Amino acid sequence: MLHIYCPHCAEYREEEEFHCAGQAHIARPLDPEACSDEEWGEYLFFRKNPRGLHHELWVHAAGCRKFFNLTRDTQSYEIKEVYMIGEQPSVVAGSVQQTTASGAKS
Amino acid sequence: MTQRNRLTSGGRIDRSTSLTFTYNGKSYQGYKGDTLASAMLANGIDVVARSFKYSRPRGIVAAGAEEPNAVLQLGATEATQVPNVRATQQELFDGLVSSATNGWPSVDTDVMGMIGKLGGKMMPPGFYYKTFMFPESSWETYESMIRKAAGMGRAPRETDPDTYDSINQHCDVMVVGAGPAGLAAALTAARGGARVIIADEQNELGGSLLNSVALLDGKPAADWVHDVVQELGTFEDVTLLPRSTVNGYHDHNFLTIHERQTDHLADSAPAKMVRQRMHRVRAKWVVLATGAHERPLVYANNDVPGCMITGAVSAYINRYGVVPGNDLVVMTTNDYGYQAALDWADAGRNVVAIVDTRSVANGDRVEAARQRGINVITGSAVIEVQGSKRVTGVSVAALNSSGTQIVGSVTKLKADTVATSGGWSPVIHLSCHTGSRPVWSDSVVGFLPGPTVQRQLTAGGINGQYETAIALQEGLDAGQQALVKLGLAVVNVILPKTKALHVAAPMSLFHIPHLKPTSQAPKQFVDYQTDVTAAGIEIACREGFEAIEHVKRYTAMGFGTDQGKLGNINGMAVAAKALNKTIPETGTTVFRPNYTPIAFGAIIGRHCGALFEPERYTAMHKWHVEQGALFEDVGQWKRPWYFPKAGETMQQTLNRECLAVRNSVGILDASTLGKIDIQGKDAREFLGRVYSNAWAKLAVGKCRYGLMCGEDGMVFDDGVTACLGENHFLMTTTTGGAAHVYEWLEIYHQTEWPELEVYFNTVTDHWSTATITGPNSRKLLAELTESDVTNDDFRFMDWKQITVAGVPARVFRISFTGELSFEINVQANYGMYVWEKLIEAGKKYDLTPYGTETMHILRAEKGFIIAGQDTDGSVHPYDLGMGWCVSNQKPFSYIGKRGMNRSDCTRENRKQLVGLKTKDPKQVIPEGSAAVLNPNAPKPLSIEGHISSSYWSESLGHSIAMGFIKGGLDKMGDTVYYPMADGTVIEAEICSPIFFDPKGERQNV
Amino acid sequence: MSEMNNMTAAESAATKAAVMNQVPGPDVEGQSPLHHADFAGLAKRGMQEGGIHLRELALLGHLTLRCDSSNHEQVACVAAILGVSLPLTPLTSAEKGAYSIRWMSPDEWLILVPGLEAFSIESQFRDAMPGHYSLVNSSGGSTVLMLSGDNAVELLKKSTTVDWHLSEFPVGKVVSTLFAKSTATIRRTGDQCFELVIRRSFADYIWLWIQDASLEYGLVIKA
Repeated sequence: MLHIYCPHCAEYREEEEFHCAGQAHIARPLDPEACSDEEWGEYLFFRKNPRGLHHELWVHAAGCRKFFNLTRDTQSYEIKEVYMIGEQPSVVAGSVQQTTASGAKS
Repeated sequence: MTQRNRLTSGGRIDRSTSLTFTYNGKSYQGYKGDTLASAMLANGIDVVARSFKYSRPRGIVAAGAEEPNAVLQLGATEATQVPNVRATQQELFDGLVSSATNGWPSVDTDVMGMIGKLGGKMMPPGFYYKTFMFPESSWETYESMIRKAAGMGRAPRETDPDTYDSINQHCDVMVVGAGPAGLAAALTAARGGARVIIADEQNELGGSLLNSVALLDGKPAADWVHDVVQELGTFEDVTLLPRSTVNGYHDHNFLTIHERQTDHLADSAPAKMVRQRMHRVRAKWVVLATGAHERPLVYANNDVPGCMITGAVSAYINRYGVVPGNDLVVMTTNDYGYQAALDWADAGRNVVAIVDTRSVANGDRVEAARQRGINVITGSAVIEVQGSKRVTGVSVAALNSSGTQIVGSVTKLKADTVATSGGWSPVIHLSCHTGSRPVWSDSVVGFLPGPTVQRQLTAGGINGQYETAIALQEGLDAGQQALVKLGLAVVNVILPKTKALHVAAPMSLFHIPHLKPTSQAPKQFVDYQTDVTAAGIEIACREGFEAIEHVKRYTAMGFGTDQGKLGNINGMAVAAKALNKTIPETGTTVFRPNYTPIAFGAIIGRHCGALFEPERYTAMHKWHVEQGALFEDVGQWKRPWYFPKAGETMQQTLNRECLAVRNSVGILDASTLGKIDIQGKDAREFLGRVYSNAWAKLAVGKCRYGLMCGEDGMVFDDGVTACLGENHFLMTTTTGGAAHVYEWLEIYHQTEWPELEVYFNTVTDHWSTATITGPNSRKLLAELTESDVTNDDFRFMDWKQITVAGVPARVFRISFTGELSFEINVQANYGMYVWEKLIEAGKKYDLTPYGTETMHILRAEKGFIIAGQDTDGSVHPYDLGMGWCVSNQKPFSYIGKRGMNRSDCTRENRKQLVGLKTKDPKQVIPEGSAAVLNPNAPKPLSIEGHISSSYWSESLGHSIAMGFIKGGLDKMGDTVYYPMADGTVIEAEICSPIFFDPKGERQNV
Repeated sequence: MSEMNNMTAAESAATKAAVMNQVPGPDVEGQSPLHHADFAGLAKRGMQEGGIHLRELALLGHLTLRCDSSNHEQVACVAAILGVSLPLTPLTSAEKGAYSIRWMSPDEWLILVPGLEAFSIESQFRDAMPGHYSLVNSSGGSTVLMLSGDNAVELLKKSTTVDWHLSEFPVGKVVSTLFAKSTATIRRTGDQCFELVIRRSFADYIWLWIQDASLEYGLVIKA
């Protein structure tokens, strides 16, 4: 059970109040008609399944019903950051190595 | 022979309160403060189980959660049966009824015992895999026999009368374990102002101190425990949870604690009391002070009743006033093992010898034993035990310095009890639950908690620190660290003084050699509960299993209800030796929740029976119930399914309801349809993007049907949306799809099109909807309103704001039956009032309430789809023959447009929705039936489609069906066949799905 | 029969949104979602002492306002109409007299008013509120339970995962959260007093849940 900080409510709530809506930053193509079947298929169906950092879209379904993004380590389940729709993550695959290494030492 | 092993004084039992209990039908006495195990030992009960595989007699080995053998069936009645209760953790109460789980027909005479005696050759590891798996079809037969013989305990066959629940807790510091380390940590954190929860599985806080004769500040340790517990009780923000096992440690410092509130009181909980409660704790910091489990040594016949671990012997003597035998032999690899002999001697019974595997033993406890004249035999081991239902003697021999070989002659000693200590294993279970891999420590001779991402601290035995003084100090340190992390001021606690004892280094020894090779020696048990022997592990290694995970699975080591608390490390040591590796090289063993077994009741809590799943009711529910409606579950809603009259079959009811609608007027509670209020200047644009059809020109006062598709172009919901105002719409969704549609609208608005000025609000529960439908529906409506509802003034697909029975209403003239229909929406607080007025006024028209089943038939007669029944996520609007509901003129590429233009969506021969008319009009094709073109073709037949909706139509006098057929829209008039399971074949003709009033005239009148 | 409910569709169109007085005249009795539970009868017949006290505030006016908290004109307009300002801090509430406002979301507030005032307030908003907003009457969709007593917090702890400690959940704080297997918007109105706004269709389930979970404390129904 994750403990998730809702950036809209500004406090932690239990995972059962939230729904995960899948991988974050999957933008709808601005001109769908211009997409080839393959491109459209990529947009529709293909998602990452990383071991390690993953950026996810969540909604506070039983609370404020607002969506937000979070960066989660799929191995340790640590939530590294929570950020708003439209924002970019600050913890990304490259930067994390250092975070994890120093985190492990402390 | 009453309580022959009970001491006349001492212990934490109340000798003035005698309790009666039964074991295997025989009555015994114990005292308040006893566990079932201590009472059994007091009464001299040696055999408490038959072993799982070999059916050997087994006795009590331990005094706590690690007990592998004394796993009993409890319950005085059928309804209160509880399987797999550890007697060592079950407090005694008056009237307790227990029986052995294993053993068929009984623990004392056992048919399976023969197999055990014939020996291991017959049942090697992997025995069940090798023997019973073939032929595979017989496994079910074998399994029931094995279960019966092995005795797994049994669930009650009647409903459990007790109540269970769960409660959510939050704290700053969660202290797990209330021994010296836990109490010191909790006291420190509490004094520092933290919100603290301290939980311990035992009936009182104190942990190992309750079993100990050590003095704190010159007084019995229990006095200090008493003072600390009293002080903790004075803090408002401290919660003390005795009888509470922290069973799981989950992500982000979430812990599940299983509290047994009344298991110690009676067979069933007293009135109004909750039997067991699950605490679901979210802690800022966790202090694991879980202590350690003593390891028994592995030696020949080490499972004969009377073989125990030394700490348990001390616990029974000091805490319960029970000496579980007369003549004790101790075998130990460390100083702590001596304590059992000292306590035994203090109790006035005979210590035959202490056999120390170390060649030199000189710690303070060793000297104390020597000073008392106890025979200490160093550099030796008990290599074998004699006896079957009770130890009668032991064989002792000298070992080489590494403990791998016997070097001397064998001496036999008479004894009825053998207590062994192979050292201690830190209780790292909880630290493993969150994914942390434990780390082997050579100095501790055990695994320690590994690195973790949790906010976790550890103190005392879990760190391999077994001296009370150090455990107390570590607890204090952990409490202070938690305070620092929490940003609270650090406080000090003056710890009690203890006598510092010199402790010599332990010997790293697990498996005692025998004169014969392991494979030929008498059985040396590693895991009592699953009957895994040292020889079995050696065989597993010889057969090629190298990873400890595989060895465990092949032998079943650690797969009992005790999760191998006693045996896992020993098993790894045996495997390591066989593989010529070190223990850490062999692998680590991790533990999963739950730490000890939990009743299902405690997991489900109150979410059972009527509260298992919420039932959602409309404002008219009570009326439906009073009319004898049968209900259908639609999502969580209870919808009237049909309203049978006395003596009617279901089909007769449906026929009557359908005819009433077609001939006069019927009434349906349509309140459950999802309703979403949409406001904002871009509401119209938004609708155009989420529906497949056009919305730009829908005028105020008008309604329109729409299809919703996913980005893949597949239909997932449908419904009518009304234009209430220029910038104001009311969307309806399917009953089951409401929540999903709402979230879908929000996700597009919040993540894709935040620039659109629109707000969505769920108003499903706000409006009650009574649908009146049928040729007389207008007359009925007119009786209850002063407004003009004629066809001239109130057109099909209009909505009007009028009053109905004096209640303001929004009435939608839309139809799901093909008849003249009005959907009357009023604020739900007035739903029942309007409904009853309609019923009253409708009597003269024989107004007939109908349910979802009739609704389905009526709409199917019209060929109207039900999203979720006639769609399955693989059909787009054109597949449904609903191309009229798709607009390609819209400038914005609405959701689904690109998807339904993928090549696969535009290809020939897609499955398309058509009507199906059976050749025999009386035959109703079962829903789900598969269509074939030629039922006589060689099998397997090529499947052309399936039936999605199928009913008897009383109005038409024949059956009707809707279904999918490959390229069906171009195959009107063709014949298809539906082979049935019974070998018959139903023949049907492909037709239009609109069976009734194909021109749609009736709804327009 | 009310006189204010006869806005034609064209009139509605003129205001861009349809507003209607949904409350009939006094001769029609409204039925709250828990009408059939007969709290008035239970208050007389039932237990008079216990750790959980429960009262229903039936038939209030529930208005859901969605607007932009950074739009000063809108915020000022709300204050002008209700006499109390929109609580802009997450999870807070504001109250003045019979009007109370709960923060639900960064752009959503739940306003409770006396049942007969809902239409009048709605109309005032439609007349005065500038900019993009939505106002929805949801009075029929929910009801209000007032929960109090020595064990009120225990009952909430059994039913929700929220931290109810006064240091974390002071008087005036409001959360929308799961309540058993349903949902509720819960506001603390006193150290041991809470207001639960629950959905109509789940009201029976929640009523059943509260009775069950209160068993060990004793449930006192207040009229």
